[in-house]
Amino acid sequence: MRTLRFLLQKEFRQIFRDPSIIRIIFMMPSIQLLILPWAADYEVKNIHLSVVDHDHSQYARQMVNKITSSGYFILQDYSGSYNNAMEQIEHDKADLVLEIPAGFEKKLIKENESTLFMAINAINGVKANLGGAYLRSIIQDYNREVRMKWIQLPRFSPELQIEVTASNWFNPLMNYKIFMVPGILVVLVTMVGAFLASLNIVREKEIGTIEQINVTPVKKYHFILGKLIPFWILGLLILSIGLTIARVAYGIIPAGSLLVIYTFAAVYLLAVLGLGLLLSTYTSNQQQAMLLSFFMMMVFILLSGLYTSIDSMPGWAQVVTKFNPVTYFIEVMRMVVLKGSGLKDISTHLFTVLGFAVALNTWAVINYKKRS
Amino acid sequence: MIELIKVIKENSINCINSINNINSVNFSTENHMPSVIVNNITKQYGKKKDLVQALKGVSFEVQQGELFGIIGPDGAGKTSLFRILTTLLLPDGGTASVDGLDVVKDFKAIRHRVGYMPGRFSLYQDLTIEENLEFFATIFNTTVKDNYDLIKEIYSQIEPFKNRRAGKLSGGMKQKLALSCALIHKPSVLFLDEPTTGVDAVSRKEFWEMLRSLKRQGITILVSTPYMDEAGMCDRVALMQNGEVLSVDSPEGVIDAFKQPLVAVKDNNMLQLLNDLQRYEGVKDAYPFGEYHHVVLNNGFSASAVQQYLQQHNYHQPEVKTIRADIEDCFIALMKSA
Repeated sequence: MRTLRFLLQKEFRQIFRDPSIIRIIFMMPSIQLLILPWAADYEVKNIHLSVVDHDHSQYARQMVNKITSSGYFILQDYSGSYNNAMEQIEHDKADLVLEIPAGFEKKLIKENESTLFMAINAINGVKANLGGAYLRSIIQDYNREVRMKWIQLPRFSPELQIEVTASNWFNPLMNYKIFMVPGILVVLVTMVGAFLASLNIVREKEIGTIEQINVTPVKKYHFILGKLIPFWILGLLILSIGLTIARVAYGIIPAGSLLVIYTFAAVYLLAVLGLGLLLSTYTSNQQQAMLLSFFMMMVFILLSGLYTSIDSMPGWAQVVTKFNPVTYFIEVMRMVVLKGSGLKDISTHLFTVLGFAVALNTWAVINYKKRS
Repeated sequence: MIELIKVIKENSINCINSINNINSVNFSTENHMPSVIVNNITKQYGKKKDLVQALKGVSFEVQQGELFGIIGPDGAGKTSLFRILTTLLLPDGGTASVDGLDVVKDFKAIRHRVGYMPGRFSLYQDLTIEENLEFFATIFNTTVKDNYDLIKEIYSQIEPFKNRRAGKLSGGMKQKLALSCALIHKPSVLFLDEPTTGVDAVSRKEFWEMLRSLKRQGITILVSTPYMDEAGMCDRVALMQNGEVLSVDSPEGVIDAFKQPLVAVKDNNMLQLLNDLQRYEGVKDAYPFGEYHHVVLNNGFSASAVQQYLQQHNYHQPEVKTIRADIEDCFIALMKSA
């Protein structure tokens, strides 16, 4: 016990003496949480629209007005030639082309129907998809308005209409920040837990101090605990800083209990620390550890459901996400913060991550050798 | 060969004299059970294609309380051997014991009893002198106070700076700190891997004096060094090259084993002189040695014969004198014959 206490004391001394680590620990979460959520937003805005109007009618103008006043579109140009509009797309100045055929208004009035042409720049898939969908729904809306104007209200509505209204549960305003901030926080905690810890151990290898420790009778588990505990505490500290920032800057107050979040985080950190330890046993210098961490982090983030929904991933990727501890924490965070889930609701997640913790740590301890 | 010459050149000759004077044979006394036994140890690194045989069956014994030197050029296998004896590395073959404990089976017990100072400074640079010492005392389950008298002589020299971080110390101070940390748990066997590499001549001398006084406390000390002039400070030395031990003997024994006549030669044009000497039939070996060239002669030749030969080759006043072989001459001869 005394040995462990001294190992911990040494570790904390070293951490707090390294100004760059301190800076990383406190600056990284603040900066990432204050800046990233503003940028990491799914809502597509500022779609550049190029309108080709062959009709120049009142209806056409009204429609374009309606589109631009939605706030999603910026009217890039308004011309009479399709080729001109295509050029705009080629120069990446426009994302969408809306072509209004000649006689649009006339046809609409006479024949009760008319067609529009839409060309989408699909280089940025997300923007193209969503932009197209927005435009379509705005035009449909406009269509309904026009119809409403013409229909002379009969006593009974001659046609059946199903109107759908939606209300967003748990996040009524569909505020993406409420959704993203907890996820980004999870990534931060993971980075500190797994990668700072592995770099720390590899550094001892690199400087040769581990050699000096290895010739001493220090027990394997003492040494490992001496490394894990400080980063476990740091991880929880970062989580607290992050939750504070979320509350102060975004007004995100977890709907569920903080205790649930901390309980899960405590177990989760054990798992990622085990991962960090494992990484350190397979690498021999900080450069290798860094590269490996980078690779893992990419996989973790992209296959965690932070940005893209897991349900829409192909089957094999969904299987991979099952082995990604980050997935579970992000889910739990969102469940607790948005929905107010309790311990019982997240128990499956909790036990899965506990399983990870046991497996990863066991593997790491077996692989950590005091002699070669 | 070139490497060998470099090693010699690096050494200041001034050191040798003083070291030889201090040298005394009093390795002791109480109990003659060997403290370290190395028996046919082998170790290789790498896989099939670039296989390196670091140790090719090394054997020797070190008595209790002995100051034992392992001397050899870089790459001789000294560090591998030390790492095996300190249980950091597993040997491929052979057996070894430290303090009567097997290095493979009883490694846990050995770790309580040995002190190891690696060649590279490997203490925590971001901790202070005092914190480093306390840390190592604690993980050996002891305290600085308990064993203070053992390290007093060494530690007192750096104690005034005890709040300075280890990374900010000079080379000599780092070395003293490392030695203090290796000693803090009162080890019965001390392994010092190239402790004097990269240390100035004065500090080197000082360091060897520290080792002599440690020896008086009954600690068995194994020191490896690439500097041959340090051999004279040891009770016995093993000469290693390419993973093999060439000889194990006391420094006197090594010198006595050198039977051939040896002369020192000096003239104005030293480079030309060396070339001419190497062409002479009576010369077995000639190499630069400080301001002289040392020339090993075949039996039956003498200094006057060399003098004559040089005068025939237009050297006016060559200085030629017969000298007693130095330990370095002996090692050079051993290495060349190996």
